[in-house]
Amino acid sequence: MAAALAPISFPHPGRRALRRRLADFLGWGLCGLAFLLLGSATVWILVVIFLRGMSALHLNLLTQVTQGTAGGLLNAIEGTLVLALGGILLALPPGLATGIYLAEYDRGRLASIIRFLADVLVGVPSIVVGYFVYVAMVIAFGWGFSMAAGSVALAIIGLPYICRTSEMAIRQVPRSLRDAAFALGASDARVTFTISLPIALPGITTGILLALAIGVGETAPLIYTADWSNYLWTGHLTKEPIGYLTYVIYAFITQPFESAHALAYAAALLVTLFVLIIGVISRMLLVRSSRAL
Amino acid sequence: MLFRKLMAALASIVAIVLLILVGFLAIYAWPAIRFNGLHFLVKNNWSLGFLYSDPILRHGQQVMPGAHYGILFLIAGTLLSTAIAVLLAVPIGVGAALFLAEGVPALLRPWLSFFIELLAAIPSVVYGLWGLVVVIPFLGHHVFPAMQKWLGFIPFFRGPAGSGYGLLTSGLVLTLMIVPLITATLRDALVSQQSHLRDAALALGASRYEALWTVQLPGVRRVLIGSSILATGRALGETMAVLMVSGNALNVMPNNIYTTISTMASFIVSQLDSALTDPTGMAVKSLAEVALVLCLISIVVNSLARVLLLYQDRMTFGVI
Repeated sequence: MAAALAPISFPHPGRRALRRRLADFLGWGLCGLAFLLLGSATVWILVVIFLRGMSALHLNLLTQVTQGTAGGLLNAIEGTLVLALGGILLALPPGLATGIYLAEYDRGRLASIIRFLADVLVGVPSIVVGYFVYVAMVIAFGWGFSMAAGSVALAIIGLPYICRTSEMAIRQVPRSLRDAAFALGASDARVTFTISLPIALPGITTGILLALAIGVGETAPLIYTADWSNYLWTGHLTKEPIGYLTYVIYAFITQPFESAHALAYAAALLVTLFVLIIGVISRMLLVRSSRAL
Repeated sequence: MLFRKLMAALASIVAIVLLILVGFLAIYAWPAIRFNGLHFLVKNNWSLGFLYSDPILRHGQQVMPGAHYGILFLIAGTLLSTAIAVLLAVPIGVGAALFLAEGVPALLRPWLSFFIELLAAIPSVVYGLWGLVVVIPFLGHHVFPAMQKWLGFIPFFRGPAGSGYGLLTSGLVLTLMIVPLITATLRDALVSQQSHLRDAALALGASRYEALWTVQLPGVRRVLIGSSILATGRALGETMAVLMVSGNALNVMPNNIYTTISTMASFIVSQLDSALTDPTGMAVKSLAEVALVLCLISIVVNSLARVLLLYQDRMTFGVI
């Protein structure tokens, strides 16, 4: 017992405390520096895109179609929206059903396999999806460069996001509400459509917005599926190429014309603005839905 | 029960899409796999051959005379640019996550985090545009010459410093693209971690930073490894930004950190037009083989990451 009561000795207490404070200071400093580095990169990118984009913005962009490397962006804006919405339309039914299945009937092996594969599908590079759609739909099915091929590519890319966000949203619906509905004799479908989905709607919308933002910002999977067109979309699903904004950014910035650069900057500003606005909206939805529950 | 079966059937679409994707690419690329053999992965000679002569029969396949498809330089470019990105992104991402989780008031945290996560929302092609018009002139004129001068004694940093397009530029742009993935996942894990271990460390006299570094960070080790692997997968498959800043080298192995490169993903975009001029179709099929290799690599990498993250909170998925 006596040994335990022996006084604890601190070798050089002053120096040790100093060293610890120095380590603390350095540690926090480096962490802050990392944050600052990322923050300034964000500002740098946004400032470049906004400044150059604003000086290229023009009302003609919204009223004219592209002529060669000049003119407006009306065809590209329309094409981007058509392709992205087409992708959502294709991805929503299976995506939502997967979310419902994983959240409500998560028992057997199938659910865990599907969840795992959805996660793996997120990681498949978008260019691989694009090349698959190119060899399958554009060549083998004979669709040609078209709105349908582009939308299928975007749907495959957006599908896992819709799956997982709707699963999470439906999972947060209180069990007691659903049990009460079941106790009243409601069927599976009725519980899903009248209880789970309405409550989970903000979360599901977040997933759709996320997929929309990804679709609007994608380039690689569209280059060899949608190709590019100077004209407005005529409503044909196949055999007709369609333009989109990100193509303008990629292809026009390397052209040696001032007008082409202006179009690329304007397109970059429009795409970035769209993605940021969707990001803010979905974050607000997320906050509101977590408050509601 | 009918409803459940219907949902199960629709849910299987996700699995079926992935299987069809891999299966279709494999079947389409099969003649190229037979023709290229192991040569594909170990040689540096992507060449469509003499396109103006008649196709000949080699290894049982119709090809143009002199056609070779070796993509070692693509594998090197992909792995090296990803390695640079991950080596930079992990320490920066961890630092920013620690700062956001413990270094700022809880009231400010969502806003500052959102600010960093904007980096994940910016489309790849916008990174490419920024890299092309701003970063490349800056690096090529100021930073790389200085690096060559001051760091030239390190073998891989020796000149010539090049024009700004290349391996290091690609790595730096990729760093910014993957770092929010690590930061956001790790910050969520740190914030949702139970506080009793930290409290115990603080009670023992550890400072806030010591508790963070020695107790809290080791507690989320698995999340850090998982999200880093996930970020690796993202960097491996990144296309547009790399396409615009890498210089799109053909058949050259990088010999210093400034050399122009190509990655597998960017090569598919940059080469499809010329591959279509091959009347035998072997070039397009070989590109499909590139896509297949890239797809399989990303499936392996992502499976690994998911297995590691599976034991952790499933809700950390919500990063773009």
